[in-house]
Amino acid sequence: MTTVPSPAATAAESELKFRDPERGRALTSAIERTCDQIGRSPVTVMHVCGSHEQAIAKFGLRAVFPKRLDVIMGPGCPVCVTDLPEVDEAVVLAEDGVRVVTYGDMLRVPGTSRSLADVQATGAKVEVVYSADQAVRIARRTSDPVVFFASGFETTAVATAAIVLDDPPPNLSILSAHKYIPPVMEIVAEMPHTRIEGFLAAGHAATITGWGIFERFVERHGIPVVVAGFEPLDILAGLARLTELIRDGERRVVNAFPRCVTREGNRNAQRQLWRVFRTTGGMWRGIAHVPNGNLRLRDEFAHVDARRRFAIDLKRLWNHAPSALTQQCICGDIMAGISSPDKCALFGKACVPDSPVGACMVSSEGTCRIWHQYGGHPSL
Amino acid sequence: MCLGVPGRVLRVEGTVADVDFFGVRRQTRLDLVDEPVAPGDYILNHVGFAIRRIDPSEIEETLALYELLLREDSDDIMASDVRGEIDAARSATFDASAPAETDR
Repeated sequence: MTTVPSPAATAAESELKFRDPERGRALTSAIERTCDQIGRSPVTVMHVCGSHEQAIAKFGLRAVFPKRLDVIMGPGCPVCVTDLPEVDEAVVLAEDGVRVVTYGDMLRVPGTSRSLADVQATGAKVEVVYSADQAVRIARRTSDPVVFFASGFETTAVATAAIVLDDPPPNLSILSAHKYIPPVMEIVAEMPHTRIEGFLAAGHAATITGWGIFERFVERHGIPVVVAGFEPLDILAGLARLTELIRDGERRVVNAFPRCVTREGNRNAQRQLWRVFRTTGGMWRGIAHVPNGNLRLRDEFAHVDARRRFAIDLKRLWNHAPSALTQQCICGDIMAGISSPDKCALFGKACVPDSPVGACMVSSEGTCRIWHQYGGHPSL
Repeated sequence: MCLGVPGRVLRVEGTVADVDFFGVRRQTRLDLVDEPVAPGDYILNHVGFAIRRIDPSEIEETLALYELLLREDSDDIMASDVRGEIDAARSATFDASAPAETDR
């Protein structure tokens, strides 16, 4: 292994990891026993959440997984799957003098030839916000046209929907790069090179959508889904249940995070989400065209849709060939679950957080960024 | 960014709540939450909005992870995502006429 091993657990980490050490040990041996009973190697499961990968890597959980269990991160980083032309749209708007506000992770994501950080350095008005609400307040303070370049999965898209429905100032428009997770699970489940036997679904996204949303997926693909929280013990409990479902050939959804997730989810938030957005097909960077994977504003909200209010000319960015380094980036294969950061020739060498080649090294939810901080597979 | 951050509700006024996030007092919008929220309740805040009320009987397990993360250095990406979520909630003393507070 070329990756750095996980940093030694601090006292605080051990405190949490072993908050209920007996339960932790019981869960890890249950997972091992179940994987042995399955008998195949590897048993491959995928999660689709940057926060899950952060917790798995930070708390060194791969060191306690049985050798035959492979837990991989799929397309769980919304910034990483934002397609080049979507970044280009924001770059062109900023170059044309529009004030572009966006979540911090989007700043350094490379577009075809430039990132928002690049145009900010040459004087364009680009600001980082932590919330959609902040974008509204910025727009209220100025008469400039303001575009909120909004990224994130459904958990974050609901906040954008809420500001659209709350009488936003007339100079504010939304450039939506929001993505919807359930459709990409269908794509990844059917990819020829992946053999995903189960999905660990992200607890907080399911807080909004409810776990019931995965029932149709399980019916169509015959792959079990377990909704799990983010504590080390939550993740172990989720994996223990998921491996049991795989062993028993049980095709169903199990909610292992009942303290935050219900079958119906947050109906108030869903109502606002679907009132404002509709799904359309679109490219997820490096992965595939995902039918129904993009969230775009409905016609009714054309008056706040940056794509309808501005003529965005992307062609002027497109006479640049992507750099040689970019062509070696395997971000897409990593998010599709067929490779890992330690198999990339650029990882930790030409591609580091301070000068990232691919989006997976930019975002705090990107697999490469997370492995670079915490190590991925521990050196065994 | 999907991790969110839990906080204890101090006061509710219309669709905004004053919330204590581990000693930091902020305002969170209540447009999206699907049950009534009252002082003493815990909510899960994501990008400035409460997305769920957490039952007080279930909060202990949820808090432990965050208490640990907030003791970490600022260069820890998971800890800095949690701090970002706290910063996403509006400063309780926010003044709409103040200059931009968003630049970092």
